[in-house]
Amino acid sequence: MSYLDMELLRFTTAGSVDDGKSTLIGRLLYDSKSIFQDQIENIQAVSDKRGSEHLELGLLTDGLKDEREQGITIDVAYRYFATPKRKFIIADTPGHIQYTRNMVTGASTADVALILIDARNGVIEQTCRHSFIASLLRIPHLVVCVNKMDLVDYSEEQYNKVVEQYKEFAAKLNVHDIRFIPISALHGDNVVNNSEPMNWYKGGTLLHNLETIHIGSDENLIDCRFPVQTVIRPFSTEYHDYRGYAGTVAGGVFKPGDEVIVLPSGLTSKIKSIDTLNGPLNEAFPPMSVTMTLEDDIDVGRGDMISRVNNQPEVKQDIEVMLCWLNKKGPKPRAKYYVRHTTNEVRAIIKEVIYKVDINTLHRLEEDKEIGMNDISRVMLRTTKPLFCDPYSKNKITGSIILVDETTNETVAAGMIL
Amino acid sequence: MTNYSLKHLEELEAESIFVMREVFAQFDNPAILFSGGKDSIVVTHLARKAFFPAKIPFPLMHVDTGHNFPETIKFRDDLIKELGAQLIVGSVQDSIDDGRVEEETGFNASRNMLQTTTLLDTLEREKIDCALGGARRDEEKARAKERFLSHRDEFGQWDPKHQRPELWHLFNGRHSMGEHFRAFPISNWTEMDVWQYILKENIAIPSLYFAHERKVIRRNDTWIPYSEHINLKPEEEVVTKQIRFRTLGDITITGGDESDADTLEKIVQEVAAARTTERGNRSDDKRSESAMEDRKKEGYF
Repeated sequence: MSYLDMELLRFTTAGSVDDGKSTLIGRLLYDSKSIFQDQIENIQAVSDKRGSEHLELGLLTDGLKDEREQGITIDVAYRYFATPKRKFIIADTPGHIQYTRNMVTGASTADVALILIDARNGVIEQTCRHSFIASLLRIPHLVVCVNKMDLVDYSEEQYNKVVEQYKEFAAKLNVHDIRFIPISALHGDNVVNNSEPMNWYKGGTLLHNLETIHIGSDENLIDCRFPVQTVIRPFSTEYHDYRGYAGTVAGGVFKPGDEVIVLPSGLTSKIKSIDTLNGPLNEAFPPMSVTMTLEDDIDVGRGDMISRVNNQPEVKQDIEVMLCWLNKKGPKPRAKYYVRHTTNEVRAIIKEVIYKVDINTLHRLEEDKEIGMNDISRVMLRTTKPLFCDPYSKNKITGSIILVDETTNETVAAGMIL
Repeated sequence: MTNYSLKHLEELEAESIFVMREVFAQFDNPAILFSGGKDSIVVTHLARKAFFPAKIPFPLMHVDTGHNFPETIKFRDDLIKELGAQLIVGSVQDSIDDGRVEEETGFNASRNMLQTTTLLDTLEREKIDCALGGARRDEEKARAKERFLSHRDEFGQWDPKHQRPELWHLFNGRHSMGEHFRAFPISNWTEMDVWQYILKENIAIPSLYFAHERKVIRRNDTWIPYSEHINLKPEEEVVTKQIRFRTLGDITITGGDESDADTLEKIVQEVAAARTTERGNRSDDKRSESAMEDRKKEGYF
């Protein structure tokens, strides 16, 4: 059964308002035959009502009433499609500056980011912002789609100009895999099918790239991290003394017999078994959800971290992070926040704003330290209890945090530990 | 050397189990919304996996419209017995009798809209602070914007423009008294994933999903099961067809497809070849362009 053996690829899309992002996703779904008849009829009816000349593929991703009326995307929309090679999850995120927080959200779980550029305009402020966010969130692969090639007569020269412009800017980014594709989402050139008018382009289509980008090595298989979510105690006759530690492996490979240390207690033990409903396992690696038992009866609970004695996470209370502020109201002076980190929760204050980043130029703003919605800044947090963490660059799970407002309970910021 | 990567169903399963355990850890009194449909059956199966070898730590809650397929109710009761779980029933008939809602009349009358009131009343009565549902983002365009953990205000309403940002897998379930959450562990699954998983794990599902002979009427381009709850129009004729259901809702609104898929393997093949969405036969979604969004804002799941 080959369809049970597919890999899952999560990607996000970014572009400014009129770059044709929704059209591109619509095109990917349409040309890969992932759209159902009744969906086509539905968008055909809406397109007709609006008096459009062609099927508005963008309507496939605009879900909320306001979005359809205004022709813009407000919230992250998730889309799904599969080819015989891979299954895809798309986080389609809005391009407006006021929705940067949604772009960060979409980027947080992505393996690949598609950056859309209008071939007529080249690299603009938003391109820089989106690329910077993708690099900040350590999306390992960027695919730059130079769109609307039909409007520049499919000119190779214009395409090369945009590519050069982007490369110059991207030298400042921390991304190692950047690919470029000239496309027309509206007409389908180089999206799923090759382009006749752009036969000068010798690379693969967008879909071909998405199907073949190697993502297997993006997980951290070296540093063993197991944040405990909850303790399983069956209280049944059969499993009378069973104490299992449930969680999702955040890094490394765990095996029965491995010597482990539990933080914060510092107590050590050996893994006795790794259990699932389908039977015990010989090993567990990211992102598997399992239940571990230990040889010794030691105190372990939610928020604790199981790790290896000779390879432990950092244990610290002064946490330096790159912080994206997501809430309309900026931080209150000396306010305390809940910090959510893996399965742990502590309280913290923002001790110092070191600098703010101009996300269009990547310049450091050392004078302006007033944090507002959509701002990205480097800050120092002081937590009430230690976190067991790694730099985000080493492990996205143990290196990421969110801040929760104590009064409104809203998620106000997201941070990447440095 | 071992290949340290998961296949898509394994990765989806791991993600769903993670979500369930977060719900268990972050809330005092969660419940699984159980409709007897394949999605809530998969959610229940995943709950079993998440807490093994312990029992599922949540009760199953069923919003009973009174317009059920008898097969669904029998399936529900058998499963409850097997799991040793607690069943909570919210009855739409009770809501009607109490004057909380008014029954619709006419040929297209259904109790679908009335469910929301019963659901919210039952959540309040049972003090449930998180309701786990089997909704998927691929089902419908408003659901495509749902979070894994979806905050509801004290009236149970969804505010799509002010959803909490959900980054990585850091779920924020903090809430004030009176507010509750919906959790959707299988958000990222597609219809195909659900069927493949049912096949792979050999999960029991109601017989209604398999092709069977049934008395039906042709209405709104689909085969609606004939039952005591249906008002026949003069021109409508009751016929017997071999059909199966792709989704299960109320007996009054769930249309079936003619099919000879009588095994899970055949169903998977049929789904793979399908040219219409599974909710295409659900008249509750067809009432208007934004029918689902409107219902969700009011507190529907």
